[in-house]
Amino acid sequence: MSITERGDPPLAVDQDELLRVRQKRFEQTGRWILPVLVLAVMLVLWDRVVVWNEIPHYILPGPGLVFTTLIEDWPILFDALLVTVQITLMALAVAVIGGVGLAVLFTQSRLVEMSFYPYAVILQVTPIVAIAPLIFIYVDSRIAGLLMCAWLVAFFPVLSNTTLGLNSADHNLRDLFRIYGATRWQTLRYLQLPSALPYFLGGLRIAGGLSLIGAVVAEYVAGTGGLKSGLAFRILEAGYRLNIPRMFAALLLIAVTGVVVFAGLSFLSHMLLRKWHESALKRDV
Amino acid sequence: MDRVDKIFNGDVTALKGMSLRVGEGDFISLLGPSGCGKSTALRLISDLLHPTSGRIIWSGGREVDDLGVVFQEPTLMPWATVAQNVWLPFRLRGKPYAEVKSAVLDALALVGLDGFQNSYPRELSGGMKMRVSIARAMVTRPRLILMDEPFAALDEITRFKLNDDLLKLKAAIGCTVVFVTHSVFESVFLSDRIVIMAARPGRVISELGVNAPYPRTDDFRTSAEYAGYTRQATDALRTAMGEAA
Repeated sequence: MSITERGDPPLAVDQDELLRVRQKRFEQTGRWILPVLVLAVMLVLWDRVVVWNEIPHYILPGPGLVFTTLIEDWPILFDALLVTVQITLMALAVAVIGGVGLAVLFTQSRLVEMSFYPYAVILQVTPIVAIAPLIFIYVDSRIAGLLMCAWLVAFFPVLSNTTLGLNSADHNLRDLFRIYGATRWQTLRYLQLPSALPYFLGGLRIAGGLSLIGAVVAEYVAGTGGLKSGLAFRILEAGYRLNIPRMFAALLLIAVTGVVVFAGLSFLSHMLLRKWHESALKRDV
Repeated sequence: MDRVDKIFNGDVTALKGMSLRVGEGDFISLLGPSGCGKSTALRLISDLLHPTSGRIIWSGGREVDDLGVVFQEPTLMPWATVAQNVWLPFRLRGKPYAEVKSAVLDALALVGLDGFQNSYPRELSGGMKMRVSIARAMVTRPRLILMDEPFAALDEITRFKLNDDLLKLKAAIGCTVVFVTHSVFESVFLSDRIVIMAARPGRVISELGVNAPYPRTDDFRTSAEYAGYTRQATDALRTAMGEAA
């Protein structure tokens, strides 16, 4: 009738569809804008609180002062950052090698697993702050001591996730490998390791954050300064001197480092899995 | 050619005194209710389980390449392309892809999947995944292919199509098939012999020969002959169920 004769092409858009498009647009923009907005509000609020209450900078510096300190102290802080990043990445690398190596060993030999798994758990659950002082008594090299602490904190998620992954290969595929007379090595390489990859990457992301925590905590315990001091030592030192702005600046750098490590590992994970794994797939509607 | 004769006992008797003779080129269906030991029988034949007593004999001895298996699920490696999945049996025998590429592509062509060699399993439909699985089972040109309810999870239309194609495939490569199913219709359409099994303990109740010539087409599916065999198989199955209950 007359309603349909207005000459408009029939639109395949109904109420639901409109709602969905609007929802999607909101999700896309909101994901970025909202956190930025929150940050801006918090910074302004922080600044105002400091100014209105006339809080002295050795108690709470304003955001502006933290920022200028970051720039003025950049030479000192950057060197410290390099040290911390170095320890973090090395610890992560050792955690990956140790974690994956142990996981493979565990799945290859029940004997080894039964013998050593409990000790891996014990190492994991004992707080690193409690072990660290001992480590620094027996280990001469400061770097080696720091590494060992960071490794202790970081290796367990890699170990437990990889073990889980290696054991979760599809049962029928395992049978198939047996039927075709696959060797242990072939089963490991062509079946178990690929099956474990998504689990391993999940563990890796956790381990990345933990390496940084391990590196920072270990340095707090190690305490002593010297030329090769990381961010944690700079924070301690600045604290003794009531240089609060520098403490904030160093803290900011540690947080940013953590975010960058996490983002990097997430990106790596996405690139490795995007072709086949559920977690990396875009769902259609 | 293959003389299979086995008894399997355990704490739970999964299979009791099962004897089965499989001749070269046979298409045999194992038909029965769940828990009748159909899958156990397949696992015994594929050497994943060992008989408690009794023997499984392959005339002329068994090579690894003699056996292909298709499971209920497609059981593909999701991280590997279609071609890499089909390459697997060769790969585990240490043969590089270049050497067996033509065999892999031939197998894919036989199951109607040419052009899909570089796809990943997730890009394929359930029926296509099953075709890849079948291609993998037959790529070594085995003497015997075991199939464990391969089409149970597929819809009826896809299943009919795959049944037709399976018969063509078998004719093309001339292998023997032992096919586990709980579908009477499927077993009558596909096999020249149906072995009916009962549960608790799993055992063979009766055998039914389907003496209809191959190739079988949709005409066979609607023929009186087909209806008759279906009737017989259903009755035999009912007897089997009755005994078990």
